[in-house]
Amino acid sequence: MISKLFKFKGGVHIPQHKESSTQLAVEPASIPKRLILPLTQHIGTPAAPIVEVGQKVLKGEKIAQADGYVSAPVHAPTSGIIEDIGDYPLPHPSGMLAQCIVIKPDGEDRWIELKGHSGDYKQLDPSELRNIIRSSGIVGLGGAGFPTSIKHNPGPDRVIDTLILNGAECEPYITCDDMLMREKSREIICGLLITKHALQAKRCIIAIENNKTLAIESMQQAAKEFADRNIEVVAIPTVYPAGSEKQIIYTITGKETPKNGLPLHIGVVCQNVGTTAAVYRAIHHGEPLISRYVTIAGDVKQPRNLEVLFGTSANDLIEQCGGSTADIRRIIIGGPMMGFAMQQITIPVIKTTNCILIDAGQTKDLHTRQYTMPCIRCDSCADVCPVNLLPQQLYWFSKAQELDRIQEYNVFDCIECGCCDYVCPSQIPLVQYYRFAKSEIWKRERETQKSDAARDRHEFHQFRIDREKAEKAEKLRQKKAALKIKKQATDQSNEIGNNDKKEAEPKNAAIVAAMERVKAKKAQQKVEPKNTDDLTDHQKKLVTEIDQRRAEQRETQVSNSNDNAKMDNKEL
Amino acid sequence: MSLYAPSSPHIHNDNSITKIMLKVLYALIPGILVYIYIFGFGVAINILLAIITALSCEAIMLKIRQRPIMPFITDGSAVITAVLLALSIPSIAPWWIIFLGTAFSIIIAKHLYGGLGYNPFNPAMVGYAMLLISFPQQMTTWQLSTPATFIGLPDSFKFIFGDHTPAQLATDAISGATPLDYLKNQLGLSHHVSDIMNSSNVFGLLGGNGFEWISIAFLIGGLWLVKQKIIHWHIPATMIGSLAAVATLFYVIDPDQYASPLFHIFSGATILGAFFIATDPVSAATTAKGKIIYGACIGLLIYIIRTWGGYPDAIAFAVLLMNMSAPTIDYYTKPKTYGH
Ligand code: SF4
Ligand code: SF4
Repeated sequence: MISKLFKFKGGVHIPQHKESSTQLAVEPASIPKRLILPLTQHIGTPAAPIVEVGQKVLKGEKIAQADGYVSAPVHAPTSGIIEDIGDYPLPHPSGMLAQCIVIKPDGEDRWIELKGHSGDYKQLDPSELRNIIRSSGIVGLGGAGFPTSIKHNPGPDRVIDTLILNGAECEPYITCDDMLMREKSREIICGLLITKHALQAKRCIIAIENNKTLAIESMQQAAKEFADRNIEVVAIPTVYPAGSEKQIIYTITGKETPKNGLPLHIGVVCQNVGTTAAVYRAIHHGEPLISRYVTIAGDVKQPRNLEVLFGTSANDLIEQCGGSTADIRRIIIGGPMMGFAMQQITIPVIKTTNCILIDAGQTKDLHTRQYTMPCIRCDSCADVCPVNLLPQQLYWFSKAQELDRIQEYNVFDCIECGCCDYVCPSQIPLVQYYRFAKSEIWKRERETQKSDAARDRHEFHQFRIDREKAEKAEKLRQKKAALKIKKQATDQSNEIGNNDKKEAEPKNAAIVAAMERVKAKKAQQKVEPKNTDDLTDHQKKLVTEIDQRRAEQRETQVSNSNDNAKMDNKEL
Repeated sequence: MSLYAPSSPHIHNDNSITKIMLKVLYALIPGILVYIYIFGFGVAINILLAIITALSCEAIMLKIRQRPIMPFITDGSAVITAVLLALSIPSIAPWWIIFLGTAFSIIIAKHLYGGLGYNPFNPAMVGYAMLLISFPQQMTTWQLSTPATFIGLPDSFKFIFGDHTPAQLATDAISGATPLDYLKNQLGLSHHVSDIMNSSNVFGLLGGNGFEWISIAFLIGGLWLVKQKIIHWHIPATMIGSLAAVATLFYVIDPDQYASPLFHIFSGATILGAFFIATDPVSAATTAKGKIIYGACIGLLIYIIRTWGGYPDAIAFAVLLMNMSAPTIDYYTKPKTYGH
């Protein structure tokens, strides 16, 4: 039994607005006229299409395969014909276009032959479980979309003490996990047990915000059946962002995920409730991930949750909820705190879409920014920052483009939860400033990398010129020597052979020397990188910081691919 | 079709600078009412004068600096500066004192430094310091707090706008040095604290007669502000705490030479300063640890200046000195980031 919960620092209490969308039971959304399936519905490399235009596919058939370790396949959500493979707008903050497969449903909704392991999943080896999960296209459904099979692979020497099932759902308006827990608690718990087995985790904690009484009851009821399996349902305080991975881990274990580390480094793995339900369906029924619960909330006539096939357009869903109550002025994918506004309403639902929030100017809460006042350093932002940053300092540095100082103040630890922004009396778009600073820093680093590459190219060029010069000189000398030899006694034939050897040596020596020189020069530059002579202390520090972060990044990348999910920060 | 697509978050708790400043204003009201009840209407006239001056100066400066006038003039910050300054000067000071002080605060200390949010010093305290240095006589002549000195509205007008001595009131009878000032002078003449306090009716139970009640009213308002989360507890608590600590230390060493900690807390502008002046966010330290250091140093400085310095009350100078150190304090008190 968990004896004590830990209170993480900061956070905000936000009006929840969750009642209106939880009135109706979840129903499947109708199959739309066409489904647009992006090949990037997860974090990692886009999937690679394995179908052709005009091809007929069945429901659940794989239409694109994982391309690389950090990737996930895509399956056809219904039977139909591949209409197009091309670029369409993604549900992404940048509004960018990317490759999608378009399916024209045939209305039959006919499944491929499914092969489940309805027997005991414990017969299966963890690696076999992971393979099924991987080929079912399951990714974190909490928002980040990190491939689940990777998360289930902590590596041989890692002991997972606690598996946290994240049912916090702390963002206002979103209720899809709430409804899932009310309606599919048994599936969630069975999936949790599979995950527990795959991870060989010692205990499972199901953490749910205490405002979801029905979900808690339902989960407790379902957990009773598995009373001997060390599963516990825990009601955690309702405070945003309780469902953020770092915060929920702290709430349950009192431990902080180390900087640049992963939860599994402290023996914890976090999983969203939707993800485990998908795991259950994949293992028991052999069903790949083709649909999910989505909340449609805000200014629609009937806010509710629907079970939506991936690729369904937001527009279709709004219509199924009776349409918007007035002219739509904004559409938000995700919650109001961390979701992103899209410029059009025809974007498709993907694996990570938990909510579609409509703003037609009728909900007073969904505010549009007023006149931004100067920062009065009131510090409200620092009070609520769950990561314990100093948001107002980050803001000043970002505004002044002091990118070195802003890193000193750990801007890269900001989880962009938006708490600071939410409380700022001056209504400063703080998070936007941090995003700007982060992208500026990345840009600058890319430029440094580019100039590094240019330097290398230049050095190689220099080396080639040197080598050619040396070779020319050598040839000249050889010619001269040859002439000399001709002049000399022609009968000393064995000595000529010797001479040849002697001539070959200097040529080699010249090249070796040239190479040595370049090497030495390089070594020197490595110690004291280019044009660092007249750098200020700040700049020097910055350079080391960037180097450090690059090294750390490389490390996390490596551990990411060996280890586990990192990006699930966003699993709210 | 292209929709409005701003960056997240898409909701806000609807807080604003105006709302914060209004609450600060509400919190000052009990103190002001008690002030009027004990001393009459001088302070009310001063406050009005200060507000009018402050808003006019603010509007003019915004116009000159080509800033939008409405959002800034309604933010309430100029009003707070005006009220704090009006509460810091003697309620019988002539009108041009408050006029000059307020104008100086708003024009020089606020706008020439970049306006709201950019002023490194507390504007009200800069105005006060300027007045105290330039017009020491007017700035140290306070109303006495014997019951007879309640001054009605007409007489208050005469004091502030007139020739300063209404016929029916002898100036000496109603005005004099503040308790802190008086104590300091008398100590300089090598009297004992207890004798001094018994010999004059400027002293009350806790601090200055009358002033102590005003302080208590400000204390109530200040605590309400803490409860409303408009200000943090750190600065008031550590400022009063450190002042009390040093005062106790010296009081224990030699009660004849040094006034009691209670006297220090409830005299002068200690309470007003702790809750309303030192907590001005723009010019104070911002980190939690920083605020503790900042507050404690102000308390210490107040005691030092009061006891050994040249000025009887020391809030303004202590606050201004610490304003200077605030950025440095912040730099060295960064909190530990999650996971570091
Ligand atoms: S909440 Fe806004 S005004 Fe207050 S310190 Fe933070 S950024 Fe500045
Ligand atoms: S957005 Fe970043 S700085 Fe702001 S509260 Fe969240 S973590 Fe802190």
